[in-house]
Amino acid sequence: MTIFLALVVGGLFGFVLDRIGVTNPSIMGRMHALMNLAVMKTILLAIGVGSILMFGGQMVGLVDVGHMSVKTAYIGVFVGGLLLGTGWAVSGYCPGTGLSSAAGGRRDALYFIAGGLLGAAAYMVTYPSVKAMGLLEKIGGGKVTIGTVPGSGYDGLTGLPGDVLGIVLGLVFVVVAFALPERPRKGEPVPVAAE
Amino acid sequence: MTWNWKTGGVALGLAIFIAVLLVKPIGVSTQFVIFDAMVADKINPDLITPTDDGGWTSTNAYLAKSDGKYAKNAANPLNYSFIFVLAMMAGAGISAWLRGGNGKEDNRIPALWRANFGDAAWKRNLAAFGGGFIVLYGARLAGGCTSGHMMSGLMQTALSGYIFTVGAFAAAIPVAMMMYKKDVEL
Repeated sequence: MTIFLALVVGGLFGFVLDRIGVTNPSIMGRMHALMNLAVMKTILLAIGVGSILMFGGQMVGLVDVGHMSVKTAYIGVFVGGLLLGTGWAVSGYCPGTGLSSAAGGRRDALYFIAGGLLGAAAYMVTYPSVKAMGLLEKIGGGKVTIGTVPGSGYDGLTGLPGDVLGIVLGLVFVVVAFALPERPRKGEPVPVAAE
Repeated sequence: MTWNWKTGGVALGLAIFIAVLLVKPIGVSTQFVIFDAMVADKINPDLITPTDDGGWTSTNAYLAKSDGKYAKNAANPLNYSFIFVLAMMAGAGISAWLRGGNGKEDNRIPALWRANFGDAAWKRNLAAFGGGFIVLYGARLAGGCTSGHMMSGLMQTALSGYIFTVGAFAAAIPVAMMMYKKDVEL
């Protein structure tokens, strides 16, 4: 059953990733360079929709709060984010889209995956020194959500009801997705016809 | 071919919701470590070993952390998270095939790269390789990537998701603005 769910959920996720265009490094590069934010609007809307459904589902008892999995906050999350962002801009790929793009026939994505496997191996080897540097020390309480989600077992950064706040923040994501201009730098870069 | 942002956003939102409804939030980057560990354990079978109490451990401190969670998954490839990633690749591959692929030229060098850096495949491949290295080193340092931290994390209102997202875009936007001066019409 677990394997069946992995096939269904993973297959659906990969199909959607390809259909929204994130398996195209040109679309990602144009987003990062603020040339075209359509796919940013897609991602913001998705996070909002996911949040509203999950927290709404929890409140009416349809979604198991125990399925939540909140990651720890520490300095390395920010430093790692900076590194990932740099490589994401350079290559146009992140881990999920790199694998998905290779599956869709992109040859450069195979090089991304090879580099990624080496980078992950490098982390495995350097993990003790990263830990010794204190980069993995918890900040802000570690595994915390912005509000306190009832029954989740996670602490809240604030005492606000985490499920209601989750829906409110979800709505904020949806509003921002609609408000964000698709072409913030319109007219600045000279359009070059693609081959 | 590419869904507009409203259709795409709702579809992706449903996909990440279905994941947390049925099993758990999506995540990808850990599986690079699991795959590395599987390969390394083939070369050196002493890397991952069973413990006396029925669990798994490793001579590598990263694989052994959290009671050998990664060692266990590398020893049992048929686990949810690993199959999820393989299925994701299959789903993306099927979608690409159904829409007729990206074209031979774009599969070799993506249009935006070609417009800015020319037609030498080795340059593009080197950038993809180097980018991949930094992306996965960073993702493992952060404990997650765009899937686990950004989409799943922000969806769950996790503090770590916000910290990661700010870091990722604080680097990605200036780097991309410096690199990609020429726009392309896709």
